Parts: sequence; C-alpha cells; structure tokens
Amino acid sequence: MDEVLLRSLTPGVLAVLVRRGADFAAAEDAVQDALVEALRVWPADPPRDPKGWLVTVAWLKFLDATRADAARRRREDLVEDEPAPGPASAADDTLQLYFLCAHPSLTPSSAVALTLRAVGGLTTRQIAQAYLVPEATMAQRISRAKRTVSGVRFDRPGDVATVLRVLYLVFNEGYSGDVDLAAEAIRLTRRLAAALDHPEVAGLLGLMLLHHARRAARTASDGSLVPLAEQDRTRWDTRSIAEGVAILQAALARDRLGEFQAQAAIAALHADAPTAGETDWPQIVEWYDELARLTDSPVVRLNRAVAVGEADGPRAGLAALAALDDSLPRYAAVAAYLHERDGDTATAARLYAEAARKAPNLAERDHLTRRAARLNAGR
Amino acid sequence: MAKYLLLKHYRGAPAAINDVPMDRWTPEEVSAHVQYMRDFAARLEGTGEFVDSQALAPEGTFVRFDGEGRPPVTDGPFAETKDLVAGWMVIDVDSYERAVELAGELSAAPGAGGKPIHEWLELRPFLTAPPTVTE
Repeated sequence: MDEVLLRSLTPGVLAVLVRRGADFAAAEDAVQDALVEALRVWPADPPRDPKGWLVTVAWLKFLDATRADAARRRREDLVEDEPAPGPASAADDTLQLYFLCAHPSLTPSSAVALTLRAVGGLTTRQIAQAYLVPEATMAQRISRAKRTVSGVRFDRPGDVATVLRVLYLVFNEGYSGDVDLAAEAIRLTRRLAAALDHPEVAGLLGLMLLHHARRAARTASDGSLVPLAEQDRTRWDTRSIAEGVAILQAALARDRLGEFQAQAAIAALHADAPTAGETDWPQIVEWYDELARLTDSPVVRLNRAVAVGEADGPRAGLAALAALDDSLPRYAAVAAYLHERDGDTATAARLYAEAARKAPNLAERDHLTRRAARLNAGR
Repeated sequence: MAKYLLLKHYRGAPAAINDVPMDRWTPEEVSAHVQYMRDFAARLEGTGEFVDSQALAPEGTFVRFDGEGRPPVTDGPFAETKDLVAGWMVIDVDSYERAVELAGELSAAPGAGGKPIHEWLELRPFLTAPPTVTE
C-alpha cells in the first residue's frame, strides 16, 4: 500500500469532516483513527475509492467519539443534515487547513507539529521521532495546538506568509531520522502551490528543490559537512535543479518579488555554475541587496559580505563585514573565511577556532575545527 | 524549537539563597520539594516541552583507556573535583527566553521553611542538526 498516497488524502478527508460540522480537534482525531484503520485493512482489502472510504470511516469514528458525551444532541443534528458538501473546492479546503495549522496564535513548534499531522498525515510517533522528543510530549503539543485553534473559523484564508514560514522551518530545521522532513516539506509545499497560485509559494518551492538537489553532495561519507565550493557538482540532482529553476523563473516573471524568490534566485545562480570558480558572484551580491531590502535581516547582510568577498576580493568582504554587529551568529566563521582568503592565516586560524566554540551544531563545529587545525598545521 | 539542558549541581554552582542542606529540612518540606519537581515535569509534559529528566548518584568513578589489551584504569571519586552534577532536565522550547523562564520556575522549588531555594541552575543549549539552507 502506498503510504504517501494515503497521507496525501488526509487533509481532504479532514476538511470534509470539518465542513460537516465536526470541530477541528475531534475531526483530526477521527481522521487519525481512520488512517490507522486503513493501514490495517487496506493491504488485504483495498477500497475502490480510497478517499470515500476514509471519509466514511473517519465520520463513523467521529460519531462514535461524540456519542457518549454531551454532544449527543449536536451529533443528531449533524446526522440529519449530514451530506452537505459545501460549495468550496477540495483545493480551498486544503488551503484552509494549511492556514489553520499555521495560525499566528500558535508557537512555531506547535504550528510545525500540527501541520505535519493534520496536513501531512504523519502519526504523532513519527513527528516525535523526527524532533527527538518523547511521544507523550508531542501528543500534548499537538492536542494543545488543536485546542488553541479550535475557535478559529474554518472559512477564510489567512496570511500565506505564516504558512510559508512553517514549511520553511520543517524543511530547514529537521534532524535526519526515519521521516525525511525535507522531502515532507517539499511534498507539502508542492501541494500548497497546486492549491494557491502565489509567487512566494512558488519561490519557496523553488528554493527547497534547489537546496534539496545538493543533498547528496553536502555531506561526505563520514558525515562531515562539505562546503558549497568543495562539493562534487556531478552529484547534484539536475532534475530537481531544472524543476526548481523553471518554477522560480515563472514566479519571477510575475514581478512580485519576495524573500523566498530572492533566496531561490541565489540558490539558482549557484546551481547554474559548472564549477565554484565560475559562480556569478556580482549577480549574487545584487540578489543579496534585494534580499536585505526585503527582509532587513542581519544574517542576510552577513551572507552578503561573503558574496562581496568573492565578487570584489576579501578586503571588500571584510569592509562589508566591519559594518555588522560581531555578535551575530557565524560572524566569526565569515571573518575567518575572509581572512583566510586574504592570506592572513594566523588570524583566520584564531577566528576559525573561535567560530567553532560558538557553532550552533556539531557538524559545523567539527568543520570549523578542522579548518583551524589545517591552518595551524601550515597546510 | 531548541533543546536546553537544565543542570543541577551538588557542588560547583554558586550558593543558593535558601542554602540549607536537604537533611536539615523537615520531612514535610522534603516531600513538598519532591512533589514540586514531579508537578513541574508533569506540567511541561502537558505543554509539550518535556524531553527528559534524570537524577545522578553523587559518587562516580573516573575511567580511562590504558592501552591495547589492558583493562581500563579507574580512579576517584575525587573529593576535590569542583563540579558535581546532581541531575538534569531536558526541555524542548520555542525560545531562549522561554528556557530562562522555565529554569527560573524550577529554581523556585521549595526548600527549608517551605521557601524557594533560589538554587542556581545551569542552562545549556544543545547543539542542533545543521540547517539545510546555508547561503
């Protein structure tokens, strides 16, 4: 049985239940129960209409769950006007689910968890494993999130930027476990792009595809990080790059630039260079200028300093860096790199060591430590 | 979404404000303290922020490799070792500010006289997985 297909049906099924009047939290529980049932029954007895099957079973589960409690009367009302499919399309339903799960009243971690479960159809256990927390903790996080949004009306779209931020978090901040969060984020963003014609949704999808394309080249066989300039570009996934570039170009042609399109454009310029030496750095600097204008993010200006260092030489990069706050994350790493390129290996080695001490993750720390060690050994 | 370790010391942290050894508390005060810790963990489970909590025995052994084919060397415990970790709690929270807030609450666990211990807890961020987007 195709679990991905099964999971792709969940938001639609959930939307049908909510449309019929089930509250979101109860509907979501019922859909999870139906999914578990499907995983049990379908291998031996596959249904002709998988979605119809899920709707029927989830609805029965919902009715079962509400039977015993005070909602009995409400349930009877519901049964009476049962099959009242609203005028909204399946795409609209899916869209509203994305907005609900990324609702601004949720904290980022709650929005991520709820999105993965209600839209992505992952089980609580899978999400808990993906984020390295106990299943009981994740179950609580999800049920609190559901309570938080239970009063939100399921009838109008919100701000797409909140949804994009959640999907970006899923893509960018996952651990590598059994659940491939990056692939999951791409799947969810792809479906969002199908339901909503918006240049920034396309921009984010393009960005994800372009970065995902480098995945195989990004780590060495021993698990260590391989920086962009040293990656074996023949290992980049050219299909993913071509798709990402095409999606980005179509988005840019609409002339409504946003931060994800600008980030994707930078990734596309890297993807476009046959070797690191052939990278079009001046154009990358221009995109960083756009990005700085759009986001006003100090991290963007830090990355811009690296690009300036490549485009106009390390001295120019160091000058750009001097204007920034040295307490920024990865400031020391950027300074080390620019000093190394400038031939000042002693300063570079000292800064690499400092950067290693401040590194927010193990792979980066190991990488920076090796850089420092190499310079200190005179190699 | 960041994990933090809340580290509790037998020794090595600055002195708490209500710094009375536990064996000088009343039995009721000890029970109240234990209950506070349990409630705190349960509450964090409820908010979806709890990851792990463990207590350590005060005495341990130092061990090191002593060459191929030889048994490891053991030594200690050393009375002069400055730091002695008593236990920890691991939390998974949305921000550093939230981690500080929770550490503050844990430090308010009641001690002698039923008053908060004001114990110093060490807050240490976990190293994470590397991000995918790097430029």
